[in-house]
Amino acid sequence: MSQHDDAPISSSRRSEAPAELAQTLERGQGSTMSGRSVTIARPAGEIYAFFRDFANLPHVMENLRDVRVLDDRRSHWVVEAPGGGHVEWDSTVTRDEDGRLIEWASDEGAGIPNSGRVEFAPAGERGTVVTLTTLYSPPGGAVGKLVAKLFQREPAIQARRDLNRLKQYLETGEVATAAVNPAQREEENA
Amino acid sequence: MRALAWHGKHDVRVDNVPDPGIVNPRDCVIKVTSTAICGSDLHLYDGVIPTMQAGDVLGHEFMGEVVEVGPKSTLTKGQRVVVPFTIACGGCYHCNKHQYSCCPNGLPADNQDIARTGFGQEMSGLFGYSHMTGGYQGGQAEYVRVPFSDVGPIVVPDGVDDDEVLFLSDILPTGWQAAEYAQIEPGDTVAVWGCGPVGLFAVQSAFLMGAERVIAIDHYPHRLDLAARFGAERLNFKETDVYDALMQMTGGIGPDAVIDCVGLESHGVAFDNIVDRVKQATFLGTDRIHALRQAILACRKGGRVSMPAVYGGFVDKFPLGAFMEKGLTLKTGQTHVQHYMPALLNAIMEKKIDTTFMISHRMPLEQAPEGYRMFSEEQDRVTKIVLKPGLAA
Repeated sequence: MSQHDDAPISSSRRSEAPAELAQTLERGQGSTMSGRSVTIARPAGEIYAFFRDFANLPHVMENLRDVRVLDDRRSHWVVEAPGGGHVEWDSTVTRDEDGRLIEWASDEGAGIPNSGRVEFAPAGERGTVVTLTTLYSPPGGAVGKLVAKLFQREPAIQARRDLNRLKQYLETGEVATAAVNPAQREEENA
Repeated sequence: MRALAWHGKHDVRVDNVPDPGIVNPRDCVIKVTSTAICGSDLHLYDGVIPTMQAGDVLGHEFMGEVVEVGPKSTLTKGQRVVVPFTIACGGCYHCNKHQYSCCPNGLPADNQDIARTGFGQEMSGLFGYSHMTGGYQGGQAEYVRVPFSDVGPIVVPDGVDDDEVLFLSDILPTGWQAAEYAQIEPGDTVAVWGCGPVGLFAVQSAFLMGAERVIAIDHYPHRLDLAARFGAERLNFKETDVYDALMQMTGGIGPDAVIDCVGLESHGVAFDNIVDRVKQATFLGTDRIHALRQAILACRKGGRVSMPAVYGGFVDKFPLGAFMEKGLTLKTGQTHVQHYMPALLNAIMEKKIDTTFMISHRMPLEQAPEGYRMFSEEQDRVTKIVLKPGLAA
């Protein structure tokens, strides 16, 4: 038995927890962690397949401008920063279990060193529990400051929003918006 | 197009706003033919609901004609539909359990944080009811964009008047659900606090569900008289000690079920209410629950409390001891409108439920600001206002 409780490590208040989480990931890196779960009424395999094609993710992840798949393990990520800036990095899949789990870590030189894991756990009639656990290091320095502001704002909330949009898209075929017409929708997405 | 927009406390105006269009595949756009002002709109009007923004278009009770459909809508142009005020996808875990007002798929993800923080989880999106519920444009307008039009709106048969079916959008299912949540058994005595439209529908519904007696409580004589049309006994709290009367009328037992149709602006005349009022005004507390307190104290031991009334935040002096010691059951929630619409439409068609009796005023959309003022200030005379965008101003 672990000396700690049975909670997910990402919800721990202990200061050593991020380092412990990093140890469970290959090339695990980062000092700030967040974990979020959402239940999606779709089979695990279908959600895994949508997620694993990283080019799909900008549909549901607000701050993701673009993901370019480089090969079957490597991809290039472009993330929006407030005020029109952006930050980019290459990322490598470090563990990949079909229909069950994907882990990744950013490559050398990333503006925001990060790593994480997304798990797809069957939940009977309710569908699949998707759990996204991320670990990242808010960057220092003048260039990174803008980005840090974005990420430090509410990284956990951002993850939750992204997962909720994923749920909406996969369950209803749409992402909910209060925009009254297409022009307003475009303004919101700009 | 023209629409009724909120600009602040007691400040609503008919403005020119952008025309709606199809945004998502399951959307439709309707041309509004009738839209009502709801008692809960007065909470917005009085400025007690947070997360409103100037320019927000109000209105969540509306119906009209389909004028545009998205590729995944099942409606066709020209159909007349009544739209539920709760925006629900129809296919998620909650919708499959018919808990439509709990559907998270119609609430934009960015708007979910507020309810997550305040309530623990997000609720469904609502039309025209603050940004906490999605920031959707409401139906007190010439046109409205309706998401999930393949599962929400109910098609109205030809030959049925708007006024007969309009209230399927909110207050009729809300009053019905309130009575259902009171778990009425034949022979029961049910007490209903508040004879606004929801209370009046709760009175009718309670009798239809087998209540032997319904006791209606309010301070507006005309509203009490409307309740009496359906056989309710009247209690005017301005002239009567309600608890005392209820005990005598029920042989000292108390009503078997109590229904709070008043909510967060409960206007009792008592010390606790004055303290609440001061706290509400100074943002130290929020909701005033005088009616609910009285209902819990009056309810018989082992009885049921049903609470369709709207509350938004925290309350003070909730009689938790009485609630626990007497072993009461509380059932509440935003209405699962989609669940009730088909059966209630049938009940209207079969003339089992009277819906039009409470409409006191019909007016053009352009006069909506006057409608809000009247509904707010002259509640005895003004029981329900229906706005008709097609009427000449």
